Amino acid sequence: MLAYIIRRLMIMVPTLLGVTVIVFLMLHATPGDPAELLLGERATEKALHEVREHLGLNEPLHVQYGLFLRRLMKGDLGETIWTRQKVWTEVKQRFPATIELALVALFISCFAGMILGIISATKQYSVFDYVSMLGALAGVSMPIFWLGLVFMLIFSLNLGWLPLSGRLSIDVDLDIITNFYILDAILTRNWPAFKDAVWHIIMPAVTLSTIPTAIVARMTRSAMLDVLRQDYIKTAKAKGLSRLKVIFKHALRNAMIPVVTTIGLQFGVLLGGAILTETIFAWPGVGKWMYDAVMQRDYMVIQGGTLFIAALFVIINLCVDVLYAVINPRISVQ
Amino acid sequence: MKASKNLFRLSVTGLVLLLMIFLTTSCGQKEEEKAEAPAQPAVEKEEATQAAMEKILVFGRGGDSVGLDPAYETDGNSFMVCDNIFEALVFYADESTALEPGLAESWDISEDGKTYTFNLRKGVMFHDGTKLDANAVVFSLGRMMKERNVKFMGQGYEIPAQERPPEYWVSMEMDDIVGSIEAVDEHTVVFKLKKVNAPFLANLGMDFADIISPTAFLKNPKEFLRNPVGTGPFKFAQWVKDDRIVLEKNTDYWDTNAGPYLDKVIFRSIPENSVRFLELKTGNIHICQFPNPQDIALAKQDENLILPTQPGMNIGYLSFNHTKEPWKSNVDLRKAIRHAINREAIVDNLYQGMGQVARNPIPPTLWGYNKNVPMVEYDPAMAKDYLQKAGFPEGEGLGEITLWSMPVPRPYNPDGVKIGEAMAADLAQVGIKAKVVTFEWGTYLKRQREQPDDMDLFQLGWTGDNGDPDNFLAVLFDGKASTSIRTQWISDAYHDLMVRGRETIDQAARDAIYQEALQIFYDEAPAIAVAHSTVIWPAQKTVKNFKLHPTSSVRLKNVDLDL
Repeated sequence: MLAYIIRRLMIMVPTLLGVTVIVFLMLHATPGDPAELLLGERATEKALHEVREHLGLNEPLHVQYGLFLRRLMKGDLGETIWTRQKVWTEVKQRFPATIELALVALFISCFAGMILGIISATKQYSVFDYVSMLGALAGVSMPIFWLGLVFMLIFSLNLGWLPLSGRLSIDVDLDIITNFYILDAILTRNWPAFKDAVWHIIMPAVTLSTIPTAIVARMTRSAMLDVLRQDYIKTAKAKGLSRLKVIFKHALRNAMIPVVTTIGLQFGVLLGGAILTETIFAWPGVGKWMYDAVMQRDYMVIQGGTLFIAALFVIINLCVDVLYAVINPRISVQ
Repeated sequence: MKASKNLFRLSVTGLVLLLMIFLTTSCGQKEEEKAEAPAQPAVEKEEATQAAMEKILVFGRGGDSVGLDPAYETDGNSFMVCDNIFEALVFYADESTALEPGLAESWDISEDGKTYTFNLRKGVMFHDGTKLDANAVVFSLGRMMKERNVKFMGQGYEIPAQERPPEYWVSMEMDDIVGSIEAVDEHTVVFKLKKVNAPFLANLGMDFADIISPTAFLKNPKEFLRNPVGTGPFKFAQWVKDDRIVLEKNTDYWDTNAGPYLDKVIFRSIPENSVRFLELKTGNIHICQFPNPQDIALAKQDENLILPTQPGMNIGYLSFNHTKEPWKSNVDLRKAIRHAINREAIVDNLYQGMGQVARNPIPPTLWGYNKNVPMVEYDPAMAKDYLQKAGFPEGEGLGEITLWSMPVPRPYNPDGVKIGEAMAADLAQVGIKAKVVTFEWGTYLKRQREQPDDMDLFQLGWTGDNGDPDNFLAVLFDGKASTSIRTQWISDAYHDLMVRGRETIDQAARDAIYQEALQIFYDEAPAIAVAHSTVIWPAQKTVKNFKLHPTSSVRLKNVDLDL
């Protein structure tokens, strides 16, 4: 197992190198010039030349890429064009917010999606099945942007239960340790801040989790239905096992493989979906940051941010592959 | 059962591992922040109990600041925070761009207009406790010069190399204007200019010319933009990226006549316009920048809100490709286009009432505005007559022309493509076929400057920097001055007026010069001034003395809150 993990981690290097080449080429093939966007309407040839020179944009492409790689070898992702800060520092400031949101959303979608899927499968063609699958269909099709605003109108404006946007109320103090606010509040035993942070994360996390919840629910349902028709389930029932034992021990374990794959992939979807959620809920995470960087052609942020997300994605995929073997010992990690 | 326990254990381990990665990185970051930002205290516990008594104003805006070193910033979100931390030698008056004494309590201009002597205000302290003196002024402005022709008094400072070109200094061509900066004594600074330049004084009121604490800057030049130290009414306290910037009252502020009244100001980033407005409605923020036009109507009905309004110091215009025929020399054709476009309808429907049809290409709040120039009327019949005279009856022989329309909303133009479509429809009424063309914004700006053959008409605009007519009329339309000018219209008479305008110090004489230039603009129609947008930022009724400024700066010194 350890050898397998090490081998997979080694394969990560060429994969990520490939990511940098593709991102670099795509960036430079896309129209737009950071210097033009930096200076806007007031750009003069002279000012543009000076800015481009400073940013190294006057160099040939292969030289620019070479410089990027050389810095990367030293563990330096470079400096952002707009904010003049180390990309790594910016990543560290924003990723905790996104990961916190994505983890809560992932938890909601796993929990809700699997429960819905299991009940739907065990009560196939019941009213619950129809309603939950219709709900899942709606969940997949609902635009996040619209849903976020609807939630705000209902839960903040009309009912006044939840705060509208942001991560923490302005009158709540929290000593930041990890930048994961919920965790920081626990570590510092700051319960008012804990409550405030949890209250703030509910709406964006639920909004973000709608699509993954729906996908997980549908996937769990179909996988469970397949398994429930197998002979060994009949055997299990025949030997007098309780209904719950049959479902959770015999059926769910075997139905988990496609579900785990889906959940692993959903984490990537969550990071992508965070762009919209973060914009609506003024959540200071990486999604909005990357979106702005694309609009402003901040090459350094796009390269560094994408590389980081890609690395995260590869690691999650590795975790999923390892999980397969744990769930189903018939699958070998070899 | 054992396997499911394993599965659970593995998932938990995975999560903990992930958390640990970020824990480590974030801890590192916290240490860095501590090292970088000594002036960034966590709000103390006792303060929290007093919070209810404090006057805290929350300003809701569309995005975060990029940086807080005024010399290197180019965006409004950075400048609005700088406006409250830093100050310049000269100030713009409330709601106008008339110049007032700032950190300089007076100044003298030599007879030849090339030497400016500023007498600094005494007893002004930077937030770090150091004194404002002539050396600080020489340092703050001298660091932007390409050739550091500066002279300090006494030991002075060593100015570090520039991190990057100071964009505003470069684009305002200050290196071509300023010859040297010299500290004559503790409170006197002399600027020697390379040539007479009347807008120079107004330039010194702009954000890029703010005075910074050299001591704070030299401590860590690379990090000054995240730890700004100035003389302004508020001092920098905390910055949570993409979330909030917190400023605290400067209790040692030099001007105690009015304000600062607020204990704290929080600039909150809320990117989505409608959400920002909802935050205002629920009372979570006090001022809402750039609401959606349709929310203005709702704000008007809300008795808890007020609507501070200011005619924007900007112009949205439509111009021609003057590097090619027929646009280059056919004045009648340009006039035909001018009369064919229904600007009133554009302002009513697309600016949604938040705009004003333009008479001149400079806003009416600026001196030099020519009221005697006739308002261009929407008159398709007259447009057809001009087309006939131009040699293109009913648009015949003109073929399909291109109308470049901006892909992004700008302060002077809410929706370039829709406005382009409306213009194309107007042109079709008089027989001119126009195709709306758009590109990604950076490409649009780049290609427009190249004046390519496939561009006939283009939309663009401008937000004024310093309230000087030169900053509109020369920068936008004097094609003879430079190939960088967006409208490459070559007019000797107009160019001469622009040169004279810059070289004349007397404002009354300059006023007459620009009025004459605007008459030429009307007669020659090198571009069509479409509209000036109006800025409306709704606020809570409890906010007192909040005034919008034509330069879009946000000055909160005099602002108070009813608790």
